[in-house]
Amino acid sequence: MESCNCIEPQWPADELLMKYQYISDFFIALAYFSIPLELIYFVKKSAVFPYRWVLVQFGAFIVLCGATHLINLWTFNMHSRTVAIVMTTAKVLTAVVSCATALMLVHIIPDLLSVKTRELFLKNKAAELDREMGLIRTQEETGRHVRMLTHEIRSTLDRHTILKTTLVELGRTLALEECALWMPTRTGLELQLSYTLRQQNPVGYTVPIQLPVINQVFSSNHAVKISPNCPVARLRPLAGKYMPGEVVAVRVPLLHLSNFQINDWPELSTKRYALMVLMLPSDSARQWHVHELELVEVVADQVAVALSHAAILEESMRARDLLMQQNIALDSARREAETAIRARNDFLAVMNHEMRTPMHAIIALSSLLQETELTPEQRLMVETILKSSNLLATLINDVLDLSRLEDGSLQLQIGTFNLHAVFREVLNLIKPIASVKKLLVALNLAPDLPEYAVGDEKRLMQTLLNVVGNAVKFTKEGNISITGFVAKSESLRDSRAPEFFPVPIENHFYLRVQVKDSGSGISPQDIPNLFTKFAQNQAIALRNSSGSGLGLAICKRFVNLMEGHIWIESEGLGKGCTAIFIVKLGIPEHSNDSNLSFIPKMPVHGQTNFPGLKVLVMDENGVSRSVTKGLLLHLGCDVMTVSSVEECFRVVSHEHQVVFMDVCVPGIDGYEVAVHIHDKFTRRHERPLIVALTGSTDNLTKDNCMRVGMDGVILKPVSLEKMRSVLSDLLEHRVLFESM
Amino acid sequence: MDVVSQLQKQFIDFSSSLYREGYVDDQFSQLHKLQDESSPDFVVEVASLFFDDAEKLINSMARALEQPCVDFKQVDSHVHQLKGSSSSIGALRVKNVCIAFRSFCDAQNREGCMRCLQQVSHEYTMLKSKLQTLFRMEQQILAAGGSVPLE
Repeated sequence: MESCNCIEPQWPADELLMKYQYISDFFIALAYFSIPLELIYFVKKSAVFPYRWVLVQFGAFIVLCGATHLINLWTFNMHSRTVAIVMTTAKVLTAVVSCATALMLVHIIPDLLSVKTRELFLKNKAAELDREMGLIRTQEETGRHVRMLTHEIRSTLDRHTILKTTLVELGRTLALEECALWMPTRTGLELQLSYTLRQQNPVGYTVPIQLPVINQVFSSNHAVKISPNCPVARLRPLAGKYMPGEVVAVRVPLLHLSNFQINDWPELSTKRYALMVLMLPSDSARQWHVHELELVEVVADQVAVALSHAAILEESMRARDLLMQQNIALDSARREAETAIRARNDFLAVMNHEMRTPMHAIIALSSLLQETELTPEQRLMVETILKSSNLLATLINDVLDLSRLEDGSLQLQIGTFNLHAVFREVLNLIKPIASVKKLLVALNLAPDLPEYAVGDEKRLMQTLLNVVGNAVKFTKEGNISITGFVAKSESLRDSRAPEFFPVPIENHFYLRVQVKDSGSGISPQDIPNLFTKFAQNQAIALRNSSGSGLGLAICKRFVNLMEGHIWIESEGLGKGCTAIFIVKLGIPEHSNDSNLSFIPKMPVHGQTNFPGLKVLVMDENGVSRSVTKGLLLHLGCDVMTVSSVEECFRVVSHEHQVVFMDVCVPGIDGYEVAVHIHDKFTRRHERPLIVALTGSTDNLTKDNCMRVGMDGVILKPVSLEKMRSVLSDLLEHRVLFESM
Repeated sequence: MDVVSQLQKQFIDFSSSLYREGYVDDQFSQLHKLQDESSPDFVVEVASLFFDDAEKLINSMARALEQPCVDFKQVDSHVHQLKGSSSSIGALRVKNVCIAFRSFCDAQNREGCMRCLQQVSHEYTMLKSKLQTLFRMEQQILAAGGSVPLE
């Protein structure tokens, strides 16, 4: 380097200072160059920077400043003119740029400042929104919890499950320490701790219901904060010192059916409430938030509804169970009744046939036995047998009659008979007993009482006998008077029989019979029971009377069938009594001749003729058929003959009273016919009697006949006398079994 | 009248002989008892029925027994019928033969059956002629103005 004309500065004492300036300038220049680099670097990095131009300017300013300082380095020593020019240029530029920048900054700095303000503003806003969103989320959470709780609570109809679930879910949702439910007791004066969350078996605390805190809670439908020290909140034993959490209580209305009135829903009067108490965890410094309180209130309402549903369901289930039980009971009662009825019907059906048959066999054979040669003791024995079996037969007939009467299936057998003779016969029958008891029996028949009448003779006699028999039975001493007369219309109307309005018609008359005795009498309150089946007067029963109590009941039914009325009057115990009955009888067309003999209860002779008896004869063999027909025609029967089983089936009807069938032809099953007839005519009194004619003498035939239900077997050939006696026996006893 | 009483005496004799010889039995007299105003010819009617019936039966039996393979059941049923008819009318001898006939049928003895058949036929013919004689006598008595004496 050439030496220049400049003043050569010497390195004097301020060389040190020069050095320091030199170094500082160097570093300043460095800094000035590196700052824009940094700026550029970081701006490049940031995506958004609106003031690039300003940055460039600023960068230029700084660079130039740096350049200036750098060039300054050369000016410490002697420097050439070039350096001075460069220095000057640099300085000039720097001045220009810096002034420009300064001017620019004036515009820019307020903007920059305002950016900052906006940023702050936005931050605030964001914070606010955050808060609000937090609230909304909480609310939504609450809503979800409520829905979930409701769903849990309403998903069961069992009362305990509902309450337990409520407590559990509330405890979970709200992170409670303890949750309890107090239910009112039956008396309504106390609240009893019924359910708790943590304790498995709550001890039966009770608190009186009239506490002020409880009243406060019950009077509002909001959840109310209560003090942790009040009796309902003191659920845990106090364990040392801890800060109990806040407690809230809410009322739970217990709704009953009668409370449901749609318009009244918000205001429910006269209700019972339960108390739900919720405790926050102690030492947690948590507070009850509003949304939590709302949650609790909503839950309480839902619980109330769920409980009432559960209660309704319980009621209806109970009612249904009760009804089912009653149904079952009724059903079984009905089945029992049906079984009983069936049993009775079966029994009657059996009795009807099975018991009568042997009975009549006994009676028939005993009466036959009576006709033979017997020693006096034997005769006595046979008579006793006969009497007893007649009694038994009467009893069976009575019971069967009664059942038939009740069924309404009994029909009177109307015929013409001698009325006076009926009275006489009854008198004869009771005379022996009366004389033994030393009773006087008097019979008074009115002179205008017709001798013959049309009606059911047998039943009339049965009734009369029963009434007179009762009179004799219950009179220890004194007399019995029987009067019979034709009742005139005024006397027909009796104040004691107000429902009886007899209408006098021609061809009929009303027979009135009064049987008065001087016996023990009957007290007025017993009179209505007399005609009831099986009901025995206590006093009478004490006297060891025989008879089942059916007699008067049957009489009443017979009398009713005869369109009449029967009743008993008595003035009281010890004053005797009078039995009166009125029956309607017909007047016979013309006076009858003695052809119609009075048939006593125990027949001595059979009928000699069988006028109009409809008979059916079935026989394949033409000859024997005509012989049998001739026999029967001679006896006055109305005979129809058939020659084959099929014809017999076709022709037989309930008009035929007897069917004679030949069973000795091989290959013909006469037994079939018997069975068929039995099936066709189910009622015994409609069925014709079936008699088998057979030529074989073996017991097998007889057994077969009996088995198929035939009423008799006769050995061929049949003589006239034999046929006559057969028919009379048959009609009398409805059974005949000839000894082979 | 002499004729009447004579005829009546003849009738009684003949009738008793029938009983004595066993052609008829008590049943036959029973039939007479059934004869009354309402059926005056009862006995004659029944007898005619019997004759027709018996002839038919005997013919059927003969035919059945002529078969190479005899149906004894059939024969037996015919015999049974004949027995029934004869006992109804009181034809004692016929009935007795029928009883024997039946046992041969049970034993399926063709020879025995043939023999019985002949016997039955014989008895029947005898009976028929006797009864016809009896009935003729009755007619004669009635025609003569008398009444038929009862046994």
